[in-house]
Amino acid sequence: MSAEIILSQVFNGLSLSSILLLIGLGLSITFGIMGVINFAHGEFLMIGAYTAYILQKVFVGQDGGTYFLFSLPLAFLVAGGIGFLLEKSLIRFLYGRPYESILATWGLSLILQQMARNIFGANNVEVTAPEWLRGGITLMEGLRLPYNRLFIMAIALLSVAGMYIYLYRSTGGRRMRAVMQNRDMSACMGIKTRSVDSLTFSIGCGLAGIAGSAVSLLGSIGPSTGQNYIIDAFMVVVLGGVGNLAGTIAGAVMIGIASPLFEFITTSSMGKVIVFALVIVFLQWKPSGLFALKTRSLD
Amino acid sequence: MKRNWSYIIGAIILLVLPLVLSDFRLNLLGKFLTFAIVAIAIDLIWGYTGILSLGHGVFFSLGAYCMGMYLKLRAEELPDFMMWSGLEQVPWFWRPFHHFWFALPMAIIVPAVFAMLIGIPTFRAGIRGVYFSILTQALALVVSIFFIGQQPYTGGTNGITNFQDILGYPLSEASTMRGLYIVTVVVLIVIFVLSRWLVGTKTGRVLVAIRDGENRLKFLGYNTSLFKVGIFSLSAAMAGLAGALFVPQVGIISPSMMGILPSVEMAIWVAVGGRGTLSGAVIGALSVNFAKSYLSETFPDVWLYFLGALFIGVVLFFPEGIVGVFERFSRRKARQALVAEQEQV
Repeated sequence: MSAEIILSQVFNGLSLSSILLLIGLGLSITFGIMGVINFAHGEFLMIGAYTAYILQKVFVGQDGGTYFLFSLPLAFLVAGGIGFLLEKSLIRFLYGRPYESILATWGLSLILQQMARNIFGANNVEVTAPEWLRGGITLMEGLRLPYNRLFIMAIALLSVAGMYIYLYRSTGGRRMRAVMQNRDMSACMGIKTRSVDSLTFSIGCGLAGIAGSAVSLLGSIGPSTGQNYIIDAFMVVVLGGVGNLAGTIAGAVMIGIASPLFEFITTSSMGKVIVFALVIVFLQWKPSGLFALKTRSLD
Repeated sequence: MKRNWSYIIGAIILLVLPLVLSDFRLNLLGKFLTFAIVAIAIDLIWGYTGILSLGHGVFFSLGAYCMGMYLKLRAEELPDFMMWSGLEQVPWFWRPFHHFWFALPMAIIVPAVFAMLIGIPTFRAGIRGVYFSILTQALALVVSIFFIGQQPYTGGTNGITNFQDILGYPLSEASTMRGLYIVTVVVLIVIFVLSRWLVGTKTGRVLVAIRDGENRLKFLGYNTSLFKVGIFSLSAAMAGLAGALFVPQVGIISPSMMGILPSVEMAIWVAVGGRGTLSGAVIGALSVNFAKSYLSETFPDVWLYFLGALFIGVVLFFPEGIVGVFERFSRRKARQALVAEQEQV
């Protein structure tokens, strides 16, 4: 296999990793802090993607592509805002009840998908990439790094950096980590765990929204776009360990590269089977994920 | 005692229905009864053992595909999708399915073995709770993608269909369908009785103990992974059997019964009916599917909203399901009667 093909496969893998990273971060902190598994997370990705689409419709024809830069923070706010509302109305009844949260958020996912179908139609829609994102860097013969994928990776890195700064260098982030590690103690120390929960959930959904906005660059989007990524995103969280940045990054890189690689080597369907089998094998070695929080508790 | 009588009456009603219902409705009910069998299987592993498996569609479909392969080979020497894919001969692993008495045991054994292959590494590594559920979801996705991708061997997205007869009885005849219905009812009754019995044995108590306090059980010396693998495989075998009963009645099996959504729906049947009570599984499977049938016909858009709301509602408001609501009601009545008695004195 020539160097170009390997490198381009690795590059495609990293580009998928960056998307999975954005989604996985939200899932990871939501589960780590609140014990809620959010199966509707893919739908927040979809919300972000549709935000970019709506923005494009509003600014149609005007101004080449700067509107797209606005779609990212807007997607964050819209997805985060909807997440905030849902948290107040539904999710907060599911804290600490992971099984129930799986089923309830699954139901939520169905409702959100159907709403998208009713509002936007069941077919996929296109978000045209702005002009400055078309084309790519040609490194060598047969190896072309498309700008849109590079852009997505940059967004993911920025988001991770932002999350890191927030989590480890700010008071809000410290509160979040405290609640993740020991909720009761944090409450005793005077931290408003309810506010931390709402904020965490909203941030998680917002990150998924950004991912959705980025995904709209890659191809057409539709009501079930979220479903394409959600299972892989969960694999990332399971693999990397819940509730930590490093684990999610590691998991995203592993799954992001392994998936397209095996699909390329064998066939698309065999590839997924192999990745799944590898995940099971990996979990033999590290059942709680790569960088799980070390505790003495049995569970 | 009263409960046993209601079961017997229910069974008799089911057996007698062919005299009353139209062929179409009977066929529909037969399909729903195979779902009830899967629901019992899921109740055993979720309601009693506390392991939420969101991938039972896989086991159901594996059993259905086994039976489907037999039915297809009876209809055509070389299945049509193989011909379109350029295969000249039936592959070696298809050939034994010419025989019914190979296909039927396979429909039970293949899902059970598959469950063991998944269960042994996962349970032994101590993967529990929601992580396991997530893995079963991934399993459902992966297997359905695999089956879709291997079109020459599995019929791809379209699945396997266009059957003609089973054991010589033409599938187009109403009498065959009635026969299949009766067989399904009998299997359901047998599985129900067996599950009831199992739940009452010491093993059944161990399962409930796994649900309620696995760590304590481990400290007491029980090898909980063994029990978990065992019940997982048994549950998978039941689901496979249900699938084998499903496919001749419905006439098609495709990856659409295998993926994430059908598997999660199966779990909801049990949740709606009331988990941890086998009758709840049956009631849930029947009621949700009847609702689906009705709503999909009259208000197709509404069905997914309804299903989503059902998920949320059952979790938040009716965790004990339909059976739980009835029990609460009858308990309240009993309490009222007791209070009234005391007041008289």
